[in-house]
Amino acid sequence: MSEEFMGYERPKGKVGIRNKIAVIPSVICVNRVAQQIANKIENGVAITHPLGCGQFGPDYTYTLRTLVGLGSNPNVYGVIVVGLGCENLSNKLIAKNIKRSKKPVEFFNVQDVQGGTAAAIEKGVKIGKEMADQASELKREPFDFSHLVLGLECGGSDSISGITANPAVGVVSDKIVELGGTSILPEFTEWIGTEHLLSKRAVNEKVAEKITNTLNNFLENILQYGIDFRGVQPTPGNIEGGLTTIEEKSLGTIAKAGKAPIQGTLEYSEPPKSKGLWLMIEPGLDVESMTGLAAAGAQIICMTTGRGSPCGNPVAPVIKLCGNPQTCDWMASNIDVDSSKIITEDKTIEDIAAVLWQKLKATCNGEKTYAEVLGFEDLAIWRCSAAPFQILQSK
Amino acid sequence: MKNKYIIMNAEDNCATSLADIPKDEIIQIPEDNIKINHDIPMGHKFALKNINQGDLIKKYGQIIGIATEMIEVGDWIHTHNIKSHYLERVANE
Repeated sequence: MSEEFMGYERPKGKVGIRNKIAVIPSVICVNRVAQQIANKIENGVAITHPLGCGQFGPDYTYTLRTLVGLGSNPNVYGVIVVGLGCENLSNKLIAKNIKRSKKPVEFFNVQDVQGGTAAAIEKGVKIGKEMADQASELKREPFDFSHLVLGLECGGSDSISGITANPAVGVVSDKIVELGGTSILPEFTEWIGTEHLLSKRAVNEKVAEKITNTLNNFLENILQYGIDFRGVQPTPGNIEGGLTTIEEKSLGTIAKAGKAPIQGTLEYSEPPKSKGLWLMIEPGLDVESMTGLAAAGAQIICMTTGRGSPCGNPVAPVIKLCGNPQTCDWMASNIDVDSSKIITEDKTIEDIAAVLWQKLKATCNGEKTYAEVLGFEDLAIWRCSAAPFQILQSK
Repeated sequence: MKNKYIIMNAEDNCATSLADIPKDEIIQIPEDNIKINHDIPMGHKFALKNINQGDLIKKYGQIIGIATEMIEVGDWIHTHNIKSHYLERVANE
């Protein structure tokens, strides 16, 4: 029997597993307006963020691409972009780019509405309610997993993560790829020491070179600032937990990406160009990474955590796995898949992967993850600031 | 029954403990019974085979380091007897 999930059909052959109305502020100044609009709309979600003004160069581009990507994510039925009116990241530009996905998109500036924020919120709610009515008419239909993009994340890791939850996620990532779907591994600073293994899995020589060069260039450039990434891993806490070398630690991290061939590398928030496994070049923290994954089109994220993390995402449901028995007990209302049974019971990585696969399918079909039930919609955009700390330091 | 250790790949010459294993405990590994020579804390590794100084240590079927001294089957493998193979290679490039 072929594997299927029940999703919402979107334009251009995309499929969502949620049916949200996203309210995107183009600038921090209208975050609360966006939030109050979203609060009054069925399945409304506000993509609040602290940026949108005074940005330039790649920093501006990353923010634009991320907001456009989140609005374009298939889990979103329709989008309202709310601007203030004077910011350099214009609501019109964000809306124009999201419209390429052919979904309903509306935009307006708060400064262009007579009656202040009360009138702006009323205007936004009116638009949003109409969108929500249209969205509610859509019914879930069966789709195969070639329509799914999975994000792979880990955070609050311990020495158990790399031998329990991470390899179980790797089995599921491989399964998605085998079924014709897509999977994305972010956080390249955590691959250091495994470049040679990742590049061996590249689909061609060009991709292999790109993986090796990206990591080498980063490590060499950052050395100029006196930071030796190679020398600081594993941390004293890692060593106490049983890890011995940088490559052992990184192997545990990249275990999430299974054994599939690597199709290529992506910039932060950049959508994959084809199906299969992709690497995203960004050293972000968990929330930045998951924002980048959702902006790249991931409809669902698997996050492993040893010490426990409550984080979620406003657009993509986040399934939490944990291999640490105490964390699974103490944070039971945050952990969706208990992979500590590898330690406490006679379970194997394959057993946990089977449980995760069922959980992933149920989540695709509409079952809420703990982070969704709790309303945890964390968002952070990776900044590529043009003013590194060295420039700001006085001589 | 509870797993005491996990072997990530059939090619590995070390296993990772899933419980604190006391010195002198006899552990059944595939095709053999071995004696554990040191206390192995949970999450730490022990040798499944004799590993000579300079030999590669494998976990996940991949190289995680080089033995800095002779490691006997059942020995604790930690920072006192393993060093990074990657850092050594990078330094020599």
